[in-house]
Amino acid sequence: MTILSLLCFAVLLKEMVKILMHLITLAIGLTVLWFLLSGYFIPLTLALGVISVLFVLWLAHRMDVIDHESHPIHMTAKGIGYYFWLLWEIIKSNFNVTIAILSGPRSVTPSLFKVQASQTSDVGKVTYANSITLTPGTVTILVEDNKFTVHSLTSAAKEGLQSGEMDRKITALEGFVAPGSEGAG
Amino acid sequence: MSMFGVAASALLISMLLVLVRAFIGPTVFDRILAINSIGTLTVLLIAVHGYLVGRPEFLDLGLVYALINFIGTIAVTRYVRFKKLGPVDTSSEHHGEI
Amino acid sequence: MELLLDGLSWITIISGSLFCIIGAFGVVTLPDFFCRMHGASVIDTMGLGLILLGLGFQTGLTLALGKLVMIFVFIFFTSPTGTHALARAALYSGLDPVATIKPRTRMQ
Repeated sequence: MTILSLLCFAVLLKEMVKILMHLITLAIGLTVLWFLLSGYFIPLTLALGVISVLFVLWLAHRMDVIDHESHPIHMTAKGIGYYFWLLWEIIKSNFNVTIAILSGPRSVTPSLFKVQASQTSDVGKVTYANSITLTPGTVTILVEDNKFTVHSLTSAAKEGLQSGEMDRKITALEGFVAPGSEGAG
Repeated sequence: MSMFGVAASALLISMLLVLVRAFIGPTVFDRILAINSIGTLTVLLIAVHGYLVGRPEFLDLGLVYALINFIGTIAVTRYVRFKKLGPVDTSSEHHGEI
Repeated sequence: MELLLDGLSWITIISGSLFCIIGAFGVVTLPDFFCRMHGASVIDTMGLGLILLGLGFQTGLTLALGKLVMIFVFIFFTSPTGTHALARAALYSGLDPVATIKPRTRMQ
């Protein structure tokens, strides 16, 4: 009985630490945002800033939107590397689309195809769909469970996506998030 | 002419081109897409104008314009699609036709 | 140093402006709605990114640089969402994405 209650307590403590971590990172983010937008450092505006940060924290807590999904801190470290890779992909495909536009409307070879998303969590799927759309030359037009319908402008863009490199990278980004553990925080 | 003047002229030319699509666009979605692009170009024009007149405070306006542009696009798309802005029943949408 | 930053600004701002014009040209000339989205996407990524980068070179390390980064990050994350919502709405409203696709490359 005691062991059981101790276990319950440990689980509860773990959950609380999780919530606290999310709250603290959110508070840091909001403070940085406030400093960027304000630029004044007199006591009155500082006090107003603290009040607004606390108000937003309370609001977010009350709306119950602070969890893994809205606030994926577990993906931050690897995510930065991924976004640099994505920037490079975007630059490459921009040149590709630019050439297609400049060589006239008859030269484009639009096509429609489906790709399989191997991500397990919603955050991963959204990241993948957003990355596809963000890369010029490919746009996600329909999302059904694990199948994305993609419209592509050139055959190079299509082949680049079908090689599955982006899919693998985002799945690696998800890392240790086990299926079903979403929204537990 | 400074580099900001060149950028502002190029942005105005792009806006005119996109405006052509907004006028002739055969479907309503072409027009929404064109207006969305004009919004992005306007954000850039506001930022460049701020540097042109030496007042980087204009960046705040650009930021707010970016926010409004996104919400506006989503709202108009939703209105065109469902003919109202309130909660809608999406269960009737057909799947797997294409 | 001043000269170097000025040169970098010139290069990035001019090429960003070119990408904006090319993207706008694509929005006008490409054959159907789903293709035109790719043209708009060029403006949203490369045109915006390069022009903001050029402005950043002129700013130096001030608060304005943070605001430029914020504008970039914000449009970077919202533009695909808007594009996807638009494409989905167009698809459900009966716009045919395969109308301009040649029979050979049509999806099975």
